[in-house]
Amino acid sequence: MPGHPHTIVSRAIHIRGLRYQYPDGTQALNGIDFHLETGESVALFGANGSGKTTFVLHLNGLLRGEGSIEICGMPLGDATLEQIRSKVGVVFQDSDEQLFMPTVLEDVAFGPLNLGLSPNDALTRARTVLKRVGMAHALERAPYHLSAGEKKRVAIAGVLAMDPEILVLDEPTTFLDPPTRRDLLTLLRSLPQAKVVVTHDANLARALTTRAVFFDQGRIAGEGDVIELIQRFHWEYS
Amino acid sequence: MHHLVIDRWSRGSSSLHQRDPRAKLAALLVFLIALSTTPPAAQGAFAAYAVLLILAANRAQLPILGLAGRAALILPFSATFALLTWWSGDSLRALALAEKSFLSGVAALLLVGTTPLTGWTAALESWRVPRMLILVIQFVYRYLFVVAEQAQRMRWAAVCRGSQRESKTGGFRLAAGLVGVLFARSWQRADGIYHAMLSRGFRGRFVPAAPAPFRASDALFFSACLAGCLAIRILL
Repeated sequence: MPGHPHTIVSRAIHIRGLRYQYPDGTQALNGIDFHLETGESVALFGANGSGKTTFVLHLNGLLRGEGSIEICGMPLGDATLEQIRSKVGVVFQDSDEQLFMPTVLEDVAFGPLNLGLSPNDALTRARTVLKRVGMAHALERAPYHLSAGEKKRVAIAGVLAMDPEILVLDEPTTFLDPPTRRDLLTLLRSLPQAKVVVTHDANLARALTTRAVFFDQGRIAGEGDVIELIQRFHWEYS
Repeated sequence: MHHLVIDRWSRGSSSLHQRDPRAKLAALLVFLIALSTTPPAAQGAFAAYAVLLILAANRAQLPILGLAGRAALILPFSATFALLTWWSGDSLRALALAEKSFLSGVAALLLVGTTPLTGWTAALESWRVPRMLILVIQFVYRYLFVVAEQAQRMRWAAVCRGSQRESKTGGFRLAAGLVGVLFARSWQRADGIYHAMLSRGFRGRFVPAAPAPFRASDALFFSACLAGCLAIRILL
């Protein structure tokens, strides 16, 4: 039943009337209503500048607009910010922005250490997720010496190490060659978390998500089945 | 890039690398105090300090020429003051000024070349150095790489579009434009990195991944450094 407390609590994300204006006056989000069920994967389509990235930066409180945001049943606010950041793992478009520690192992352990895990537990967890993403061979390497695909895997490992319930992936296949895209897709499909995938890649959306949302000028212009939405908005080129 | 090389050096496994960062930081402080208070006439002492640093670099398996070359980057700054002193007629003091700044640079490089960034900043934190200062050090160190990378890409882009053919005036104009854009881009990139850090629970403090206990060997190392510096300072 829509609006029933049980329905809302089971939702991974529940957003009502989200609006955000940048300091220069640009209205980036203009009344967004959005929801994501536990374990569901949704693709966010839309032209450059349509507000997709601004929207996902709200999901863990990096940007704070007007409207209500609930993550796993918790309203986003100062008191819940830390908890929500551990539940929403954001993988940024540019992996170089996400990898800032001297070695791969330290970078992946960065999040767990901030969560308060002991150094031993944090390093153990980092090793485990690095093995899971196929990067166990690169523990002591400097992140900036890795290939684009390897960097993306390490960035995902850094987020997985925080054991999030929701994964937010901002254009995950950008800069990747086709074989690396394929490997990344296999990896992402194996992850059980609910996913919000910002992408221009129709193939990725079809393979990874079941629902799509189309952004246009800070509003949601359409929502529904991925294939139907791709056709409706001509979101594919040949 | 210099700090990439130093990052690599700091991941070594020599006995000096294994010493506790607090012991190394204390040893550096003792060395700098002894060096800065050594009178200009005690040229033998400066030679002895240099030998001490060479021995330490050798122990740490770091390239002595590489260390010296990087430490020499400080010389243009100290040389200005050394020149002024020399012109005022005190050539010995001018020489000592250059020697002190160079040896200080080598000693500081030895610390950062044998201790990962997180180690020596954790040592500073344990000494109750203000957290804001430590954060500034950590961010400057990380963002140096970001800025250098941006600068390199922009230079390549300029070269690809024939920047070598620019006249001197055009070259200056181009450089000024590059610096402006570099600042704006670096700001954006640094903002992105900060967002990524916040997303992964950063709360204003880098938590060291492997804090080691202060062992007897660390105390022994510090005592040896203290004795060496005192001996040079007093006897030579």
